Amino acid sequence: MMTVRRIVMALWSIVLVSAPALAFQPPPQSEFVPVTELPAGDQLPAAPYLIAAYVFVWLAVMLYLWTIWRRLNKVEADLRTLEQRQQAAPR
Amino acid sequence: MFLRTALLVLRKDFAIEMKSLEVLLTTLFFAVSCVLVFAFAFVKDGRAPEDAAAGILWIAIAFAGTLALGRTFERERYSETLRALLLAPAPRAALYVGKLLGMLALLGVAEGLLVPLVAFLFQASAWFSRPLLLLAVLVGGTVGFAAVGTLFAAMLVRARSRDVLLPILLYPITIPVIIGGVRGTAALLASPADEVTATMWIGILFAFDVVFVTLSLWTFEPLMTE
Amino acid sequence: MRKMFTPLLVIVAAMFAAAPIMIAQAPFESTMGLIQKIFYYHVPAWMAMYSAIAVCGVASAMYLFKGRTDADGYAVSAAELAVVFGLIGLVTGPLWGRKAWGVWWQWDARLTSALLLELIFVAYLMVRKFGGPGSEKLAAATALFGTATTPFVYKSVDIWRTVHPKTSVVPMLANSMPGAGRPFALSSLAFILLFVVLLTLRVKLARQQHTLDELYLAQEDR
Repeated sequence: MMTVRRIVMALWSIVLVSAPALAFQPPPQSEFVPVTELPAGDQLPAAPYLIAAYVFVWLAVMLYLWTIWRRLNKVEADLRTLEQRQQAAPR
Repeated sequence: MFLRTALLVLRKDFAIEMKSLEVLLTTLFFAVSCVLVFAFAFVKDGRAPEDAAAGILWIAIAFAGTLALGRTFERERYSETLRALLLAPAPRAALYVGKLLGMLALLGVAEGLLVPLVAFLFQASAWFSRPLLLLAVLVGGTVGFAAVGTLFAAMLVRARSRDVLLPILLYPITIPVIIGGVRGTAALLASPADEVTATMWIGILFAFDVVFVTLSLWTFEPLMTE
Repeated sequence: MRKMFTPLLVIVAAMFAAAPIMIAQAPFESTMGLIQKIFYYHVPAWMAMYSAIAVCGVASAMYLFKGRTDADGYAVSAAELAVVFGLIGLVTGPLWGRKAWGVWWQWDARLTSALLLELIFVAYLMVRKFGGPGSEKLAAATALFGTATTPFVYKSVDIWRTVHPKTSVVPMLANSMPGAGRPFALSSLAFILLFVVLLTLRVKLARQQHTLDELYLAQEDR
């Protein structure tokens, strides 16, 4: 439980740390280097895709961690209820 | 003992089926409807796209096969005969082989109808110029599909949502069979027939069959035991 | 394993913090430019997925043939992780492809095989969820068959695709880009360690659930 919380905090701090790091990329070229396989004129900006990819990775991992946290909470609550019930029940 | 048990199971299923021909006839008719649906989906200006015949044939086999698997084991579940079979002092794997042989027979009859029908509707008579290769592709693909399908259908007999779980489990795992079957039969449609490609796919299909029949024989016992 | 958890966690966190810096400083690949940098997350995600599949396959075999119930916990955890990392790969792949090749999806052999594997392990999770009692064994069989079919899937999709004209191939970057080695190694290691951390957590959850189930059963028996 505590460990999950610690992990979530650690990962969020990484996100905050890496944001300025990502900003320090080599200065973008004014004209994107033409990709030889693409037909001419089909020049999509790359940055949105790159950022979307990285954001998705973070989101997916965070979301998964959150589901584990939620389920772990529920199971531990159920375990505690059961233990209490066992102690309260007449032997 | 093993072979005898397997053949006994096969005979039992055959005898039950012969009484009403229920599974056979409904499966055949379903396969034909499948082919017609695909015809209306793909035929444009009176012609289907190239190689569509191969794809349509194998999709019809896959769909009809899934239905047939479900129905055959539903029959077992309904009369609780599967439990009786498992209680019998017979090697479990022999039960699997018996069921598999029954399934192969059913699919064999279905393909006997489907292949000429598809060839007729989609101008694929080139298939019959290489009958042995065509047969090899059909056997290789059908055995692979039926081997995995019989195991999964048997193991899902007591599960909830078994009707929809069977295709969900079966199709991704038997994709190599579909690819091999379609590409193999499509190679035979080329003019002249591309025997090299067809033979290559036949090899892959038979490798698949060996691996998966073996795996099914191994896992049948632990799966069916409670 | 328990005592290593927190230091492992710190290491993973540090690696993920360092990764963007190293990736940003890596040289541009000549034909694809900026978008190629997705590769530093995309390929390690696949590596994590294949590790998860291997763990799931082995654990399922041990559960099915040896009856080890703790193996079942590992199997379901690894399957969930295979789905998560597979999803990461399947989203970053098309994002890369859209920029590099112009289309979102063009039935590339690797992506298609990965999609099929993803489907197989989603099916695993569905069996566990909707299969009713005794679904652990059914799921274990699914994982086994899924793992066994992986080489066949890859081979047949590969041959299927080489007949069609290739619009582009993911180049082997290690040779053409000497500066790419270190960020790539770091990312790979980071993802593998992340996989280990997540697996440990999820297995703990599985164990707790198992304890809970046993307690419920014991109560009913009284």
